[in-house]
Amino acid sequence: MHAPLFAALIRLADDHLILGHRLSEWCGHAPMLEEDLAMPNIALDLIGQARALYSYAGDIEAAGRDEDLLAFGRLERDYQNLLICELPNGDFAQTMLRQFYFASFMLLFWAEAEGSSNATVAAVAAKAVKEAKYHRRHCGEWVIRLGDGTEESTLRMQEACFVLEPYLGEFFAVDDVAIEMSKASILPNPQSLRGAWLADVCEVFVSAKLQAPDLTHAHKGGRQGRHTEAMGHLLAQLQYMQRSFPNMTW
Amino acid sequence: MVDLEAKRAWAVAAAVLDPEVPVVTVADLGILRSVEIDAQGRAVARVTPTYSGCPAVLAIELAIEAALRDAGFDPLIERVLTPAWTTDWITDQGREKLRAYGIAPPVAGSSSKRALFGDVVVSCPRCAAQDTSKLSEFGSTACKAHYRCNACLEPFDYFKCI
Repeated sequence: MHAPLFAALIRLADDHLILGHRLSEWCGHAPMLEEDLAMPNIALDLIGQARALYSYAGDIEAAGRDEDLLAFGRLERDYQNLLICELPNGDFAQTMLRQFYFASFMLLFWAEAEGSSNATVAAVAAKAVKEAKYHRRHCGEWVIRLGDGTEESTLRMQEACFVLEPYLGEFFAVDDVAIEMSKASILPNPQSLRGAWLADVCEVFVSAKLQAPDLTHAHKGGRQGRHTEAMGHLLAQLQYMQRSFPNMTW
Repeated sequence: MVDLEAKRAWAVAAAVLDPEVPVVTVADLGILRSVEIDAQGRAVARVTPTYSGCPAVLAIELAIEAALRDAGFDPLIERVLTPAWTTDWITDQGREKLRAYGIAPPVAGSSSKRALFGDVVVSCPRCAAQDTSKLSEFGSTACKAHYRCNACLEPFDYFKCI
């Protein structure tokens, strides 16, 4: 087994599954019908991307774990998603801002991964980059509309910036797995995307009349399986069916 | 002989209808990429999903498999991710069927950034008016956006360009 590749795939898949799950919590609760369609649609894309990644990770591991077992059959400490993905949704402004941050990052990430030396990674990236582009645009428009909107929406978007800011640095944290992946030209080094990401965020923030985020203080731990208190509650919901009826299929 | 069998297998698989829009076939949409008879005599159908999370993918694969089996083939479905599916693969016939069904087909030429993000003109599938406005980037399924015709006032789905 290629251990760093397996770890890198699991991290990416966990980011997408956990954030996709969070987003799906809005289904039926969105502030307007159009968003009630948009958010589960984005969630579907993310979970679809996670599926492809888990399934490939299972092949690499070659230990008989399939996408379902990897998605639903692990303990909290085995999940290695970014902490920002598991944070509770907060209000609509906070959800949209997080989604914008994530989509902007993933758009840069997948665009580079399209040229991956690994054919499967390149194929997933080629598909995902088109989807991320759409998410980035949709969520970016909401950040502008709310940031430069009414007195109330501006306050809420500013509050969302404040809440999410300490979780942004983790996007760009680098360890052995990340270095190994970038050396082998399989996945981009996240640190190398920092400048382009900040430029993209600032472009939207100028129109949204928001302050550029400060990335100096960063909560970390997600990549090592050390989560916030929100994670256990999220997994209780996410894993309920598989825990209650192990190995069930639809 | 094998060549004829492959042609027959293609015809069978290509006639399978999309479960969401049951007027277009999987061949019209460009989801069915190829059907070949391999060395073991199996009919290998290669299928490319439209979106990563499209819930119809499994249903489509099962439908193609069932159609081939019913026609006497030993089917094998292969999911192919590269090259990624694009709306450019929807055939002219498929586009016309979509329009007749009330879904505006994608404005041609997804490869340009303008088609995805720019101000493209989407004609109303009912009255053909060009005065339409986008209500939402996301419609009833991942592959569609929601529009309204300002002339006949009907809302409609637009098959978005990717």
